[in-house]
Amino acid sequence: MNSDIQQVTTFFNKKRFRLTVLILILGMAYVGASFGLGFQTQSLLGVQDGMIWLLKNFVPNATSNGYWSEILQQLYRTFLVAVTSTTCAAVVSLFLAILGAKTLTVSKALSWLIRGFSSLMRNIPIVAWAMILLFSFKQNDLTGFLALFFMTLGFLTRAFMETIEDFGTEKIQALQATGATYLQVIFQGLLPEVAVALLTWVLYMIENNVRDATLVGLLTGTGIGFIFNLYFKSLRYGAAGLVVLSVIILVVTVELISNLVGRLLA
Amino acid sequence: MIKPDNPVTLPTQAPTGPHFSIPLRFRDRRRVTILLTLMVLSVITLSTLPLMMPTDFKLSEAVVSFLENIKIMFLQPSLTNTSFMSLLIALGQSILLAFLTTLIGSVIAFFFALASTRRLAPTALILGIQSFMAVIRAIPTVLWVLIYSVVFGLGANAAVIGITFHSVAYLTKVYADSMDELSPDIIDTMQAMGLKKGAIIRQAVIPYLIPSYLSWTFIRFEINFADAIAVGAAAGAGGIGYQLFMSSSFYFNFHEVGVMVYLIMAFAIVLEVISYRLRMMTNSH
Repeated sequence: MNSDIQQVTTFFNKKRFRLTVLILILGMAYVGASFGLGFQTQSLLGVQDGMIWLLKNFVPNATSNGYWSEILQQLYRTFLVAVTSTTCAAVVSLFLAILGAKTLTVSKALSWLIRGFSSLMRNIPIVAWAMILLFSFKQNDLTGFLALFFMTLGFLTRAFMETIEDFGTEKIQALQATGATYLQVIFQGLLPEVAVALLTWVLYMIENNVRDATLVGLLTGTGIGFIFNLYFKSLRYGAAGLVVLSVIILVVTVELISNLVGRLLA
Repeated sequence: MIKPDNPVTLPTQAPTGPHFSIPLRFRDRRRVTILLTLMVLSVITLSTLPLMMPTDFKLSEAVVSFLENIKIMFLQPSLTNTSFMSLLIALGQSILLAFLTTLIGSVIAFFFALASTRRLAPTALILGIQSFMAVIRAIPTVLWVLIYSVVFGLGANAAVIGITFHSVAYLTKVYADSMDELSPDIIDTMQAMGLKKGAIIRQAVIPYLIPSYLSWTFIRFEINFADAIAVGAAAGAGGIGYQLFMSSSFYFNFHEVGVMVYLIMAFAIVLEVISYRLRMMTNSH
């Protein structure tokens, strides 16, 4: 009886000790990181100041109502760029993923090549993409489209490849045993099976790209990101508030639609 | 053609019993949804693509100069305005920024997630927190940082708070989702044993969910690293993103951009390898 109680206390003591050590380590890391960055912890207490400032200044006023038509037009263009770049990237990466997936590939070397390519594409920061493209393609929608396209290409190729590899080799071998050709295996066996998963990935990427399109716009001077920057830096906060509001509405709408489609697919 | 005078019709016997037919195609809701979604996406894409090309634009020239820059970036990286050491420090700052925001974000998000999981919280609270978080998530990180840099002044404070905002909103959602997956039996049993909520959280919820927390937090760390670079460039918040922005849009020095991109890529690939290992570990359990 006594030893039981002892065991329980040692169990909990050990647990407590481990927790204390973990908290100590993380706390030290926190202090070190904030020192290294020059971050003052008390500014965490100032979060509500930002919120109050936001509510005070960003509330659209009478003059900012005149900006609606311009904002809506840019919002629409940004949305189109986000969707188009995702769809185009999805088509290319489906092709690449089928060629590169370990279960389907024609050669190991090709598979590694495609893997390396997609890793390169998604690990080059979007800032670098935007800047390099801006230099050659100048300030227009095409620049934003291409920056998002390259980024999405990297992500979707990896995601599609993993989805296809999860499909397994058994089903592919079974189909091949019935005499199906390579194309038949892909179009009759693989694609119908993985279509739902692939589409879910595409929807997720569209959601993401709508948000990233704002960032790219800010850097390349197009779309909704650009006009936010313009209004914000010229202290037209009411109009900037409208931009934020319209971005919220767009992103939440896209999220709701993609949730709905996701539920219909499930 | 000879036709028989009175054609004999043989009464064909319809098979008795249940009638089976093998459906060759699934005409269910899922199929319709897939087709409709694909159709909408392709209509949008095909109607937008021709409009994308600006007027008076020489595509071939742009492509050639783009390829030229890519070549300069990747094949001839070199430094002129900054030293390698200062770039390493800048990269370190971006990493610290990502680390700090992930740490603060995950601690705060954990409590929000507890208050917004179906297992432990009332419905009104769940709906309130989740819609608030959806709104915060909808605003891109850069905008948060820009807004906070007006309040706190440009610098680390604004960057940390801005990225933390988005991290909290994201992590609250994924933490709450993984808590929802926790089987209700465990919590019911512990409640039946008379344990208080605090004890249930400490002894059941946390130990059970540690693997999924770790992997989600790590994913967020990767996202935050990318965000730290973007924020440095677009909001002038320092770190390697700022350097990248300066050398690509002020000095137009693509040799330097190449060095920075290589540095960033090296760290990002290390992160990817770690996350791959983590996934293998959690999968094998």
